[in-house]
Amino acid sequence: MEFGLSAEQQLLRDTLDEFLKARCPLTRVRQFADGPQDRAQDLMDGLAELGVFGLITPADQGGTGLGLLDACVVAEALGHAVAPVPFIAQAVLVPLALLKAGTPEQQGQWLPELASGKRWVGAAVSELAGARGDAGVRMQGGRLSGVARYALDFAAEAWLVADQDHGLHLVRADAPGLTVRRLETIDRSRPTGELVLANVAAETLPGANASVCRMLLDAGRILLAADSLGAASNMLDQAVAYAGQRVQFGRAIGSFQAVKHLCAQAAADLEPARALLWGAAHAFDEQHDSAHGMACHLKAHVSEVATSVAKATTEVHGGMGFTDLVGLHYWFKRIGFNRPMLGSPERLRVEAARAAGLLG
Amino acid sequence: MDLNYGPRYDAFRAEVRSFIQTHRHRAPRAGGPRDATAKAWQRLLIEQGYAARTIPREYGGAGHAPDLLESRILAEEFSQARVSPGLGGQGINMLVPTLLEMGTEAQKREFIAPTLNGDIVWCQGYSEPGAGSDLASLRTSAVLDGDHWVINGQKIWTSTAHLADWIFCLVRTEPDAPKHKGISFLLFRMDTPGIEIRPLVDMTMNANFNEVFFTDVRVPAHQIVGRRGEGWKVANVILRNERNSLADPNIAQARLNALTDLMRAETVDGVRLIDQPQYLDRLMRLQGRILAMQQHDLRLLSADLNHTTGVDLARLVVKMQGTELRHELELLGIDVMGERGLAYGGHPQLQDEGSWQVHYMYYLGLIIGGGTNQIQKNIISERGLGMPREPQLAGA
Repeated sequence: MEFGLSAEQQLLRDTLDEFLKARCPLTRVRQFADGPQDRAQDLMDGLAELGVFGLITPADQGGTGLGLLDACVVAEALGHAVAPVPFIAQAVLVPLALLKAGTPEQQGQWLPELASGKRWVGAAVSELAGARGDAGVRMQGGRLSGVARYALDFAAEAWLVADQDHGLHLVRADAPGLTVRRLETIDRSRPTGELVLANVAAETLPGANASVCRMLLDAGRILLAADSLGAASNMLDQAVAYAGQRVQFGRAIGSFQAVKHLCAQAAADLEPARALLWGAAHAFDEQHDSAHGMACHLKAHVSEVATSVAKATTEVHGGMGFTDLVGLHYWFKRIGFNRPMLGSPERLRVEAARAAGLLG
Repeated sequence: MDLNYGPRYDAFRAEVRSFIQTHRHRAPRAGGPRDATAKAWQRLLIEQGYAARTIPREYGGAGHAPDLLESRILAEEFSQARVSPGLGGQGINMLVPTLLEMGTEAQKREFIAPTLNGDIVWCQGYSEPGAGSDLASLRTSAVLDGDHWVINGQKIWTSTAHLADWIFCLVRTEPDAPKHKGISFLLFRMDTPGIEIRPLVDMTMNANFNEVFFTDVRVPAHQIVGRRGEGWKVANVILRNERNSLADPNIAQARLNALTDLMRAETVDGVRLIDQPQYLDRLMRLQGRILAMQQHDLRLLSADLNHTTGVDLARLVVKMQGTELRHELELLGIDVMGERGLAYGGHPQLQDEGSWQVHYMYYLGLIIGGGTNQIQKNIISERGLGMPREPQLAGA
């Protein structure tokens, strides 16, 4: 019996941390957030060299054939560094959709180029978790029409698009009838936007169905939770460090119980949340009966925990926490971005209740 | 990641299960430590190797090598079958492991076997009116007079003092030493002249605790565990274990399952509580937290098994999280019943023997006991996160 990260997974984490520490300090994040580029190509290429975009892709398609738990290690590291790079769609959602619902030809055509970072894809699948207002995509006569909002890994050459009937399609950026619009959000480390489709030709994945779509959502939710957990852990580390050096009333503020108890509560919430992350990713990899319910509970629970950690650790920083100067808000907003994506906590708890057979 | 215990343990689980099936009619239903059925059941379990499993045979145990997964399986199976896993209490859970580590050979031979068999019932004399969170400031004194200690002072929160034959007790023997170095760990009979026990009724209206007063209580000098002034070290061999046992997430899950049943049965204006979104959301929040604590528990078990490091912080959060979680869970049980949730004692519509109210209050006691959750936060931040200690006040 062994619960936790393997030696290989720890090595992956250390490699990622080292890369991000060297190449993606806060100055690089700011440069991206304030700049005109919608891609941090240097970071994307560096991560591609490390093989992170082919993690779940089988070796014969140019990947390493690992699981979602391995992908969580990466997502947590990226959240920890608020890295302005694509990952969830490029490395997991689109490859997973191709593996579960694509033809061998489609797999051969897309998977190696996604793994190597030669082609960049996003996922416009938010409506699978609930369509807001007029959002939603219909398939009619082999063509797609409608609106898909809040795409993940938005800055892409093609997107995975879900329709209202659990169909999955790949839509290229240059497809006639497609209008792509960037939507500005609080989180400038990850561009997002909407696709407006008017009778757009698409490459349909023939094996798509409700259970494949549910798998995609579960995987996405687990990775978003990993990202939030990484971001929240970093905020706690920053708060502990700050409280250790900031002196008021003649002593480090970290020696005041009012301050240290905020940090203790954050740590007490984060430790079990990380265990739940590993457990949920493992259940997903094993396709255990509990996998769907755990993914819902995980994302709901981590969203709540990360939100409260983000608040508390900002408070520990006092006025400086509120400024752009310290930059803590990048992590605060990263956590804020992840919270509603692919299901807000309230909706996820309803879904978990349904998975447990509690809805009449 | 590998959550399987493996075939050897699957076989062990099957063996335990079949034992429980065959013998469960001999298990005690309830009853105190002196109950004859409970003592007979304990003897059978030790014989079978399911109780006192890792205590050496020469001291009355079953003599098996320690094995975390076997212990885990035993706990899981007895809990699932709702059959008593044998005698517990502070003597078996706390004093026996302490004696094994710090006791003399004579003390081990004198006390361990009768404690395991239920022939000696113990209570623990630690807290005092002026020494709660700051336990090491305790003032009950023991002064050597010839070949006896003479003890004067008062203990509080002493569970089962009114039932106990013996007490293991922290006393100050070196008044001039620094506070942690002046304490000794003594064992003595509760019928020694000069001991007065007063029951302390708690908010559940049960007298689980007592105040114990010592007036010139004379205790033979050799009844000390460890050396003079080493009592704090002796006590800390086991204090650590006490905290986390209060917060088993699998028991919380069983409680949540009972709560789910209650919410399916309970209606208001003809609508089941489980169908009311506000209550369902609270239930699901608790479920998410229990799942996290269950996975956390597996992580800690795995760390013990595989000697993994890096879980020190993780270990410190269990007592605080587990007790807060149970307190909230029991409150939801009360809330879903509306006014009937207030029922207590002899109320004709009492649900589940009043357990929701009793546990709700009892867990508030556990949030405070075993080191208050505020003290836990100090420990988490100072030892777990390395934050600076509160400056010592002069003279404290």
